[in-house]
Amino acid sequence: MVVHAEIRMVHRGGSKINFREPVITHDSRFLLCAAGESVNVYSTSTEEYVHDLQGHTDLVTGVVLNPSNHLQVYSCSADGTVRLWDFTDAILIKTFIIGYPIYSIYVSEKHGGVVFLVVPMANYKSSELFQLVAVHLPHSGDQEVEARELSAVLCDVSHHPGAASFGREGEYIAAVKGLQLEVFFFKKQKSYRFSLKSGMKKGAKNAFTCVSCHPKEDCIATGHEDGKIRMWRNFNQKKEYTYSTLHWHHGAVNTLCFTPEGTNLLSGGIESVLVHWHYTQENQKDFLPRLGAAITHIAVSPDGSLFCTSHSDNKITIIQSCVKVSAVIQGLVKGDGVWTNLIIDPRSKALVLNGKPGHLQFYSLHHDKQLYNLDIVQQEYIHEEGLDQFEVVKAAFDARGDWLATVEERRKKGAELEINLKLWAYDELTQSFVLNTTVTAPHEDRITAMFFSPSPETTMLVTTSLDGHFKAWLLADHSDANAEGFWACDFVGGYHLLKPGCCSFSADGSLLSVGFQEVVTVWSPASWELLTTLSQPPGAIRDLCFGRLSCSKYLLGASTKNQLCCWNLLTCSLEWSTPMDVSLLQTDPLSENIAAFCSQSGSSDLFVFKPSEPRPLYSQKALCTGKVQHAVFAPRDQMLESCEERTQWLNRSQLYFLTQHMDLLTFSTKTEEDRLLASSKQLMVDDSVAVTPFYLLLGKHRGQQLEKQEALTNPMAERTQLPQGSIAIKELLHTPAHVLPSASFLCAMFVRSLLISSSSAREEKEHEEGEMEREKEEEDSEGEADPRLGESATWGHPEEFGAPALTKAQERELRKVRTFDHSWLSSLLDC
Amino acid sequence: MASFKSTKIPIYPKLGEKVTPDTLYWKNYKAPVQIKEFGAVTSIDFSSLAPHNYAVTASTRIHIYGPFSTEPVKTFTRFKDTAYSGKFRSDGQLLVAGCEDSVVRLFDVSGKVALRVFKGHTKGVHVTDFTSDCYHILTGSDDYTCRLWDIPNSTELTSYKEHTDYIRCGTTSKLNRDIFITGSYDHTLRVFDARVEKSVMTMDHSQPVESVLLYPSEGLLVSAGGRYVKVWDLLKGGQPLVSLKNHHKTVTCLSLSSNGQRLLSASLDRHVKIYNTTNYKVVHNFDYAASILSLALAPDDESIVVGMTNGVLSIKHRKSPEEKREMVGKQRMQPVYRIFVKGRNYVPKKDDFLVSKPVKSHLAKYDKQLKKFNISKALDTALESWRRNRKPEITVAVMKELDRRGTLKNALAGRDEQNLSQLLNFLIGNVVDPRFTPVLVTATEMILDIYQAVVGQSSVVDRQLVRLQELVEREVDYQQDLLEVLGMLDTLFATSLPRKEVPCPGSSRPNGLAEGSLGAPGPQLQAA
Repeated sequence: MVVHAEIRMVHRGGSKINFREPVITHDSRFLLCAAGESVNVYSTSTEEYVHDLQGHTDLVTGVVLNPSNHLQVYSCSADGTVRLWDFTDAILIKTFIIGYPIYSIYVSEKHGGVVFLVVPMANYKSSELFQLVAVHLPHSGDQEVEARELSAVLCDVSHHPGAASFGREGEYIAAVKGLQLEVFFFKKQKSYRFSLKSGMKKGAKNAFTCVSCHPKEDCIATGHEDGKIRMWRNFNQKKEYTYSTLHWHHGAVNTLCFTPEGTNLLSGGIESVLVHWHYTQENQKDFLPRLGAAITHIAVSPDGSLFCTSHSDNKITIIQSCVKVSAVIQGLVKGDGVWTNLIIDPRSKALVLNGKPGHLQFYSLHHDKQLYNLDIVQQEYIHEEGLDQFEVVKAAFDARGDWLATVEERRKKGAELEINLKLWAYDELTQSFVLNTTVTAPHEDRITAMFFSPSPETTMLVTTSLDGHFKAWLLADHSDANAEGFWACDFVGGYHLLKPGCCSFSADGSLLSVGFQEVVTVWSPASWELLTTLSQPPGAIRDLCFGRLSCSKYLLGASTKNQLCCWNLLTCSLEWSTPMDVSLLQTDPLSENIAAFCSQSGSSDLFVFKPSEPRPLYSQKALCTGKVQHAVFAPRDQMLESCEERTQWLNRSQLYFLTQHMDLLTFSTKTEEDRLLASSKQLMVDDSVAVTPFYLLLGKHRGQQLEKQEALTNPMAERTQLPQGSIAIKELLHTPAHVLPSASFLCAMFVRSLLISSSSAREEKEHEEGEMEREKEEEDSEGEADPRLGESATWGHPEEFGAPALTKAQERELRKVRTFDHSWLSSLLDC
Repeated sequence: MASFKSTKIPIYPKLGEKVTPDTLYWKNYKAPVQIKEFGAVTSIDFSSLAPHNYAVTASTRIHIYGPFSTEPVKTFTRFKDTAYSGKFRSDGQLLVAGCEDSVVRLFDVSGKVALRVFKGHTKGVHVTDFTSDCYHILTGSDDYTCRLWDIPNSTELTSYKEHTDYIRCGTTSKLNRDIFITGSYDHTLRVFDARVEKSVMTMDHSQPVESVLLYPSEGLLVSAGGRYVKVWDLLKGGQPLVSLKNHHKTVTCLSLSSNGQRLLSASLDRHVKIYNTTNYKVVHNFDYAASILSLALAPDDESIVVGMTNGVLSIKHRKSPEEKREMVGKQRMQPVYRIFVKGRNYVPKKDDFLVSKPVKSHLAKYDKQLKKFNISKALDTALESWRRNRKPEITVAVMKELDRRGTLKNALAGRDEQNLSQLLNFLIGNVVDPRFTPVLVTATEMILDIYQAVVGQSSVVDRQLVRLQELVEREVDYQQDLLEVLGMLDTLFATSLPRKEVPCPGSSRPNGLAEGSLGAPGPQLQAA
């Protein structure tokens, strides 16, 4: 493995965000949820991913708010630690090492500094027995604290996080398992057990599934497998307890939740309907139907204004006061199976695969985010177990991404198969696919393969089916332009009534090869002539692919009997063959490379090779356990410039593959990781605002706008900045606030000081006017003083002569100085 | 929260003709006006002068009709025997006609008596025409000759005796006064030039030629004879271009539409076929009551006039645009439509502030019930009488939806006699419809399962069940017969198709093992 150190396998495509109950913060701004080995923080209003809390080394199994500090959050993980985080800044505050894998966490306001954890029973480490323990978190300044003082509260509890709940003010805790409800009172240190009969008669399944306690009253609500909800009261004694039953769900009640005031009870199950029971009038209920998939968890924000529901299709829905879905956080849907291969949409470069039932999901690998779901089946989905539903089993894009072909099928028990072939045209206006043609029953049996011709001239679709035929479908052209073209069958081919299992087009679309069990037939799609047949018995052909670019003369076929064959199409002879149990062949659209996944003794190996050379470019043994069923080469946005021979095959495109456990994995090289690291550093720009891609986009745009505006208003800005530049004001602004006089006192002066430059002209004018008046007065007074002129002249003259004669202008200047108000300066000095 | 997705009603392809612009154009004619003539109508010719009267030659008369008159405007009766080929001169003043008594007569359109009488032919004259300079007349006769006559002197100019059988059709060039073309029962078409002694071009139609037609450009010539219509390229020395075989009896007449884009051929098989002249595919077809002998189109395709062997002249006039609009206007006057459309076609002005209102999705009645999971009620609404009679596809779609939900059996159960007989009626009406069979067969099986206990309690239901049984048995017999026919056809096709060898070097032996011996490269692959 040292040799391959530069190539690493990396998990891609979203972890499960519906694994545990999400948490809404006190201010309802953020939503936290466990996602794989980290805790993701989303914005509740924009449904945008904000950041994640990284640090756990195993699956995060629970997230709860710290009851004593609403800006902190506890998370527990299977790695045996409880971590305390500041979620707004994504800072790890403390790590408490417990030492056992933790399955869920509960806290209560009353029990400060104590967390309740579900851990495996100490002496049965491997078994399925769990206990609820209280852990006193020690106060210590260290980052990592060992907390090994566990005191058992309840034994034999379920590891399911919904199976325990704190009662009113933390006085008791209720836990359910199987047919038993156990209530532990902390004050009395005593527990009561209430059990139900298994009740298999009349279809009743009484097993408990979840529990929730009323926050204000002594009431426990429990959910059951047969869809009943029981409300337990008067349970602080062994005998005289009572319960009432509410029944709406027809499947098991997956989750229950009381609103913070206890006025409502929310429940959800497989019906994907959020049921809203009124606590006081128990026969009244409201519904929020068609939430998309079975509800697995419900959480309510502490102020009760927001609900959020987790769904089985890896989705979190945020609901405003039980009436309106305000946001949907959607991860990569990992359903029961991927029947369509992994496909890359040529237009958006998104990964396309089965999503919700009857949908195709478009998943952006670049942003690790679901772009949208395309409804293929277009039928109301009935949420009921054991119902045969239509499933999308095949999908294909043409070379330019203008057309999408899908096949949906429904197999009824003991009845014939229903198949529909649908062709979707890309609509530039709405930027999505629009249904163009529906072909009901395109074949009489299952469709095994479907491909578009890669040639740019004709859009042709080829389907092969177990009914022994392959069909070519063409877009029927219409001479009149107003009628939209539709697809019609152009050719039906077969070979000796054998069942075709796979087909492949050559890179230029000039050849079509169809594998009929042991025989490979090569056809010319232009004339539908059977050009040649190739065969390599024993073993039916499982997968076929043509070489590309310089290797386009080679045709590769993988057969079931451990053989990989390469034929040369120019000589129609076998070039080489090798014994390999190839489960999947995948060609890189941008290079000659072909990836072959082989299953060997329970695990998969990967070989990357060129058809012209028998030596593999890269090989990795024991990639993962189980067979690799689906893989795809996704073209890179930017080519990597790796020169090392072993990593060169990853330069142009990236190989994604899906393991049996539905993990989406990819290969990443060192240079790529370096680049990613660098780009993530660039992203850390401004920590005051949540950095979302949207913000980055808008922020940059705004910045540019501001600069532009500044450039436009530059002369103005300079002028207004003048007073600010003065030292006095700078000093004023930089003096600590507590030393300064009150703001209202300073404000008037400050504002006036800022106004000087613009109003000085008017002031001057006013002054002049005032002076004129004053002069007039003086003149008048002089005139009045005329009678006593002689007198004044007698004492005034020497003065006049003694002092140097002032000109009129100088005099005016002096007067101005006298009249000018300097009081604000003096007051400033006083301070 | 997604909205409820309504039940999808599949759109089944409509059987029958496809609507193309051609069908719209050629269907835009009123019901035909029929006029009875005295004998078979052998020729119809439109005057090029403004009211576009047309001359109809039938028996011993030539009638001239106005464009919208059912009574003849004028009649020429001075024929001693059957008249043929009444033709207008291009200025519309003169009319020439041949006669079985071998005399060719020239009339003034306003007069009654023949202006000129050309004698010289020895047998009946079936072909007459004016040359493009208006001073000469072309005639073709059963005495195997065709002649040119001078109108002012009423003398014969030239005579060609090249054909070896009756000359039954001919036309003059509209661009050159000396060129004319004749077709004869000796299977040939001949192009003559009056300046030359002999024919300049001969084409072999290989059937007696009944009609010839020159394109306005005169580069192409169309001839009809036997069941074939053939197009010849005159500029390439009479090379055959296409041969059309769309009639199953002799084609008697040819005509071009006014814009030259469509070619019409009339035949004794009572059909008029319209071809596209670019690809020579039939774009439309008219049916008539009797074998057609003559056909003419008014300028601008204003009317189609067809003469038949039983003496009926059928005239179709084009619908005027006003009438069309009237019909549309009538539809618009319906009050329901007015209320429906009120305010919806309002276009907001520039400064208007648009307040968008959430569009309330309208659900059909059965969808409303399905939304509430009221399955029996949903089926009831889908089985309402008008719906099941006029739109059985809706009823079937609802049944299919219920089947998908796994609740069809519940919905079918618990019905009383009236309800059940209604249901059975619907099944009897539609179960053999190939569009609905897959769904209805399951429904029928379920009904039989559910109600087998009550068989014999109601005479109505019992009778219907018996009918259903008979229907199914008959259908099974049909299918059996069809399969037999299919098998027979398959063998016929298999024997008629040429056996094609498939080059498969590896089908018999595994080429992987025998790769050394199989060194021969596939040449066809290198081409690919």
